[in-house]
Amino acid sequence: MSRSRARPDEILFRAGTGLFAALMIALVAAIAFELYRQSKLSIHEFGWQFWQTDNWDPVAGEFGARPFIWGTLYSSILALIISTPIALGIAVFISELAPARVRLPLVFLTELLAAIPSIVYGVWGVFVLVPLVRQLEVNTPEWLKVVPLFKGPPLGVGMLSAAIILSIMVIPFTSSIAREVLRAVPQAQREAAYALGATRWEAIRMALFYARTGIIGAVMLGFGRALGETMAVTMVIGNTPQVTLSLYAPQYTMAAVIANEFSEAAQELYLHALVEIGLVLFVITLVINTMSRGLIWSLGRQKKPRRIKRMISTAAAGSA
Amino acid sequence: MKRHVFTGIAVLALTGAALTAETQINGAGATFPNPIYTKWFSEYNKLHPDARINYQSVGSGAGIQQMIKKTVFFGATDGPMTDEQLQSAPGKILHFPTVLGAVVPVYNVPGVSQELKFNGEVLANIILGKVTKWNDPAIAKLNAGVNLPSTDVTVVHRSDGSGTTYIFVDYLSKVSPEFKKTVGVATSVKWPVGVGGKGNEGVAGLVSQTPGSIGYVELIYALQTRIAYGQVQNMNGKFVKASTAAVTAAASAAPSKMPSDFRVSITNAPGDDVYPISSFTWLLLYQDAQDKTQAKVMVEFMKWALTDGQKYAPDLGYAPVPTPVVDMEMKALGQIKTQ
Repeated sequence: MSRSRARPDEILFRAGTGLFAALMIALVAAIAFELYRQSKLSIHEFGWQFWQTDNWDPVAGEFGARPFIWGTLYSSILALIISTPIALGIAVFISELAPARVRLPLVFLTELLAAIPSIVYGVWGVFVLVPLVRQLEVNTPEWLKVVPLFKGPPLGVGMLSAAIILSIMVIPFTSSIAREVLRAVPQAQREAAYALGATRWEAIRMALFYARTGIIGAVMLGFGRALGETMAVTMVIGNTPQVTLSLYAPQYTMAAVIANEFSEAAQELYLHALVEIGLVLFVITLVINTMSRGLIWSLGRQKKPRRIKRMISTAAAGSA
Repeated sequence: MKRHVFTGIAVLALTGAALTAETQINGAGATFPNPIYTKWFSEYNKLHPDARINYQSVGSGAGIQQMIKKTVFFGATDGPMTDEQLQSAPGKILHFPTVLGAVVPVYNVPGVSQELKFNGEVLANIILGKVTKWNDPAIAKLNAGVNLPSTDVTVVHRSDGSGTTYIFVDYLSKVSPEFKKTVGVATSVKWPVGVGGKGNEGVAGLVSQTPGSIGYVELIYALQTRIAYGQVQNMNGKFVKASTAAVTAAASAAPSKMPSDFRVSITNAPGDDVYPISSFTWLLLYQDAQDKTQAKVMVEFMKWALTDGQKYAPDLGYAPVPTPVVDMEMKALGQIKTQ
């Protein structure tokens, strides 16, 4: 069959879907342009200083985003450190070990976690998590308080509470995709491993290795979610812009400051500075997604069956 | 079948005709007066079914922005517009005080059940991070007989931009030159110390959970949730606990010094019964709006709100505007062009 004889409905179908894809690109470009247009004043006023200074003073009209960038990245990375092992554990258990009658309820429950609105997580954080974290902080032994990570007053609200709540919110995303990726590992691979005398653990390790690019995609999707999370974080992080390693100190994130201050920002420069924070968040998300794409690409260059490759690209597309 | 369709169209046309007779007015702004504005607009609509006023509580800042861009007919704000903002507007904007509110200090001091007393200087120094222990001599001096613990002070402030913050820091800036210099007055400020809670409920929640904390919330919120709050010493040296009467008292001193555009701060007002952290909230109208029908309805509504409408204020925790100020506003409403 030659191309010239393609049927008109096929051409139409191709054009239609192509148009939708183009719409996506146009949308991203439009967002980027609008963010730039509405933050021009701040960009011209502060330049690169905006990324490097700590002073956020609406009264004086001086704006620096460094504490917010720090808070966003720090809380998201901490959330990944906490959530990744748990999420992978859940995924491995469900896909490799769980008996069928446990599997379904477990899948259902982890997916239910993903459907809970973030304000509900926030309220739970304020009334349950924060008092628990405060107890933990009050009971920190003196010798541990010398470590910069554990310095600071026991407020309960702060980086630790934010990281924990973020990790809980991220777990269902990471574990669901990791589970699907593991399920896509051909049964023949496992059987081959067993045939070679592998133990169950060795067979699972083999499956994890086989699915590694997809799992990285799953983790990056969780990271993207953590970067942009707003409501739950602002309710427990303490909303104080400062750059510190301390897990106990109240800090601030980019999404949270926009949500908090946008409605009352009346000066033009102030508004533009807030929109520029949105632009910074946009750029950072873009860079991180590009990096994870690069990582997946470099890992995926070895030969691999079709099905796995498809899974990987789906996972990566989800995180973009 | 066909007849049904025709009846349907006829009904639609009739309701359409009814809708055109109704005047729809849209406004946006401060969240602080939202409960009373909502009450007013619904009560007024019962009296005048042809006047439908919609209000979106998007925040003072957003209200001012939308007013300047003329995307709403009226705005509302907790802090008066600055000269700069007024100049950037396409026409002359008038301020009208509608009700008054107050901000109260709330605290959680372990072992203290008595009502604590504060003055402006002590409050400012606490917020500035200079008073760091509850048994600091400055606090102890105002609270003789209270057994204050050596607990660290944790300051809790609003994280979201807010008219409540504006009133609080406006007061602190008046009583402490250092506060004015290092922090200043706005709906969001750079706090020297402390943690931020979102909304009144966020601040109250953090204060109730954190031993040794102090924060500030709107009087309405404190009254509705029945949380304990402290007394504040006024300009005449008297300690006053906030109430709607003490807030109206703060405004009673205002008429003599009231500027013709009503843009006045009444924090730290003189008078024995005055609660010092009080403020007006303002409704914004264009003097010469394009739509004269809407302007006419709005002027009529304002006349009602400032007289009959004021009776709804105390139940909702707002203080009514004192009569001399209402009289001045009635005159000012005459400046609005309705034809």
